[in-house]
Amino acid sequence: MIQADLNIILPEILLAIYAMLALLAVVYTGKDKMAPMLTWLTAGVFAILAVWIGISGEGENIAFNGMFHDDAFSRFAKVAMLLAGAAVLVMGADYMQRRNMLRFEYPILVALAMVGMMTMVSAGDLMALYMGLELQSLSLYVVATLRRDGVKSTEAGMKYFLLGALSSGLLLYGSSLVYGFAGTTTFAGIVEAVGHGHAPLGLLFGLTFVISGLAFKVSAVPFHMWTPDVYEGAPTPITAFFATAPKLAAMGLFARVLFDAFGGVVGDWQQIIALLSVLSMFLGAVAAIGQTNIKRLMAYSSIAHMGYALMGLAAGTALGVEAMLVYMAIYVTMNVGTFAFILSMEKDGQPVTDIASLNMYSKQSSGRALALLFLMFSLAGVPPFLGFFGKLYVLRAAYEGGLAWLAIAGVVASVIGAFYYLRIVFYMYFGKEGDALDAPRSLVQQVLLMASAAIMLLGIVNFFGVDAAAQAAAAALMPH
Amino acid sequence: MTIADYAFWLFSICVIVGGFCTVISRNPVHSVLWLILAFLSAAGLFVLLGAEFVAMLLIIVYVGAVAVLFLFVVMMLDVDFAELKAGMAKYLPLSLLIGVILLMQLGIVFGPWEFSDSAQSLRAAVTPEDTHNTAALGLILYDQYFLLFQLSGLILLVAMIGAIVLTLRHRKDIKRQNVLEQMWRDPADAMELKDVKPGQGL
Amino acid sequence: MTEFFTTTYLGITLLTLGQVLAVVVPLLVALAFLLYADRKIWAAVQLRRGPNVVGIFGLLQSFADFIKYAVKEIVYPAGSDKVVFLLAPMVSLVMALIAWAVIPFNDGWVVSDLNVAILYVMAVSSLEVYGVIMGGWASNSKYPFLGSLRSAAQMISYEVSLGLIIIGIIITTGSMNFGDIVMAQDGKYGIFSWYWLPHFPMLFLFLISAMAETNRPPFDLPEAESELVAGYQVEYSSTPFLLFMIGEYVAIVLMCALVSLLFLGGWLSPIPGLPDGIVWMLLKICFVFFIFSMVKAISPRYRYDQLMRIGWKVFLPMSLIWVVLVSFLAKFELFGGAYARWAIGG
Repeated sequence: MIQADLNIILPEILLAIYAMLALLAVVYTGKDKMAPMLTWLTAGVFAILAVWIGISGEGENIAFNGMFHDDAFSRFAKVAMLLAGAAVLVMGADYMQRRNMLRFEYPILVALAMVGMMTMVSAGDLMALYMGLELQSLSLYVVATLRRDGVKSTEAGMKYFLLGALSSGLLLYGSSLVYGFAGTTTFAGIVEAVGHGHAPLGLLFGLTFVISGLAFKVSAVPFHMWTPDVYEGAPTPITAFFATAPKLAAMGLFARVLFDAFGGVVGDWQQIIALLSVLSMFLGAVAAIGQTNIKRLMAYSSIAHMGYALMGLAAGTALGVEAMLVYMAIYVTMNVGTFAFILSMEKDGQPVTDIASLNMYSKQSSGRALALLFLMFSLAGVPPFLGFFGKLYVLRAAYEGGLAWLAIAGVVASVIGAFYYLRIVFYMYFGKEGDALDAPRSLVQQVLLMASAAIMLLGIVNFFGVDAAAQAAAAALMPH
Repeated sequence: MTIADYAFWLFSICVIVGGFCTVISRNPVHSVLWLILAFLSAAGLFVLLGAEFVAMLLIIVYVGAVAVLFLFVVMMLDVDFAELKAGMAKYLPLSLLIGVILLMQLGIVFGPWEFSDSAQSLRAAVTPEDTHNTAALGLILYDQYFLLFQLSGLILLVAMIGAIVLTLRHRKDIKRQNVLEQMWRDPADAMELKDVKPGQGL
Repeated sequence: MTEFFTTTYLGITLLTLGQVLAVVVPLLVALAFLLYADRKIWAAVQLRRGPNVVGIFGLLQSFADFIKYAVKEIVYPAGSDKVVFLLAPMVSLVMALIAWAVIPFNDGWVVSDLNVAILYVMAVSSLEVYGVIMGGWASNSKYPFLGSLRSAAQMISYEVSLGLIIIGIIITTGSMNFGDIVMAQDGKYGIFSWYWLPHFPMLFLFLISAMAETNRPPFDLPEAESELVAGYQVEYSSTPFLLFMIGEYVAIVLMCALVSLLFLGGWLSPIPGLPDGIVWMLLKICFVFFIFSMVKAISPRYRYDQLMRIGWKVFLPMSLIWVVLVSFLAKFELFGGAYARWAIGG
């Protein structure tokens, strides 16, 4: 039995072993001198694993007495996370190295966080869920504080840690109530114990706590307070990481818990998710208007985007999950491109994050300005860019799931939110003349920015087949 | 009432008193000492449940190591208690309100609490009849919960890496002791015996 | 009569009390003479006479000291935390004494035959540190505080390797009960069947860790008199000091008993054919105590950073590797099953 189980979690095992071997090898040899090489190597390992999982994975495999599910859903999320992780690692390496922040622990911690995230999206048990979540969070707390002498970075790490610990507490408390009701921690057991129709009050209480804990991790309003500070305080490459893979993992986990464990009582959690969704969309749209720091702005932007992704979940249907996955895939791609641009924003070698520094950027570098324009339009959801189709997907799912009011709210919030994305575009094309930014140094960032922008336009033809994969993934999550 | 019953009441009361005093104690060192009392009594309750292995681990890990470090830190902290208390007075109404609301909610849950039909059978004790509970624990931990066990190991590894990343500063301006080098030093290389004639010197 | 002691509450209470006294009273009396022996050995190494005034050869010296301590006045330092100040020596003594509840002196001669006996001893000995920390903190004085900080770090560090060494023994025996551990060492080769041979390097690690764990020289940094005057004991006088003193020695003798049980075959006789019995156990305890005394007399005190280095960088990896090694040796029953003497399971 153990042999078969181990085969199913082989990618996770390999990644964990890689992280440990790399740690040993580097500690005893070059330490920080090896860090750039190790960063690229880790990104390579991520990419190989992503390809491997994407190609070889098949069917639904359950390991360790239902604690670990390897199905189309988890594979979709894993491939997306691994690719996003690889992209973020390589685009930040140069930035961190020039500022003396690239320590060899960074890629190793990211790899371990990735193991946690892969466990999260495959979790089939409340305990496995918690273990994956903690492995991921603990690594992220540390990388957020990586610039340990900087006030902002340590503040970001501290806030993230305290609120993260609080959310873990909520999650655990909810889990204990769920266990108290169901007498088992496996999702399969819970869904059986809960049955169909309506959950009893005690279970509802536990469910609410679990959802609150997870909402912290996806930074949905009203559990979003940490996001802007952490995004601003953490070093930019790490912010880029926070905005991509962990969000996807938390969303995947959210879907797992809601559908695998509480699939029988959709009506009970639907309203909670819908509320989280509408609050996130509006707060993300409104609060971002006053921001001048582009990292804070991206934080509010990600809050708003989480609201849209939750809208897909709130629909409670296979279409909703599919929409959520497509939306998240597009969101991650857009963020990789945008952060590749933010990473290259420098003045006299120093990073700048003020959006006013983009004044008349189109004159300096028209190609890059155009790429950012594509991305901003896509983030805002302006047709014909990919972001528009992502929004369309979730809105349709919400509408067909009987949540027409939510869909309308989503459209309204989208219109409000478009303002601040378009303001950046306005600065770039019609702003005042100001000091010019440095010419970009990193080829990797350049490539990723352009590729991401190109995807925003080219993807509308057929989504590169992502929607079909998402459909299969969503089907795997549904009860059969 | 058997002796076990008396022991149960004794330990339970100690846990509650210990926990309560941990919170209300003015001196943080006393707080930790009360906390230790609570831990010890909880270990006693575990023994009464027949889980002596868990009880001993609770003492070794929490009382013997974690609480010692707690005490270590708390003793060295220079905390201004007057200031802390001033802050507490300010937020007391709000925190009391939150506490009361939470308590009420718990009351609501407790009232109509129900178990699923299968919960009782799923939760039933799993200790096999013919083996010690330590062995039973080992069997379940390394078999059924193997994945979780390994993941916890990874979490601890991350915690260790994190602590080192965030705190280790390798000072370059100090002289370090290389013990092996000292031990491998041979008197033949380091000393020379000279026969000094009386009255001549070297 | 038997019924009275096994069924009624009063009877059970009296029986337990009797058993406890049967262990504690001889232990404390023996302690008086062990203390005397300690001083005599120390003196002999340094070519002095040692105590020789009270009683024949000074044999009653410990009792004279006891009376002196008991009748003096207790001094409380200004600003001390009186409750904790008094609690500390009591914790120290009580923790040292209750560990003896699971120590067998002969087959079945034990107050409480726990099946997690080793863990119980580990747990209780990890609590002993509280006496020192509380005493040092409650004294409201610098030297005691420094001493207590040192001891907290030191005792935790060495507990780790003690625990790992014991795990190796538990793996070999398959049980955490002292009776099982001693019986597993019973073999046809007498002294060569005991665990000191298969677990050879660990015997020394255990001895050294035990010295560090009990703040015994050369690891007596918490009370280093040359730098910290007497560490956590500076402010103590009279009976509280006496309690600290007794507690410390009871803990040391406990460690001697542990070494005899874990490595030296407990009450088994070293020569095949001779009857086993309590005599062997007592002789072994005295032998290990003699080694403790000799180390105290011969070796100079460690520096604090060296102490930490050897604990974390030498003992911890060594004992960790040993655990892995023993697991393999036991699993594949190498060396004629010397590492796989499972009484149960396996």
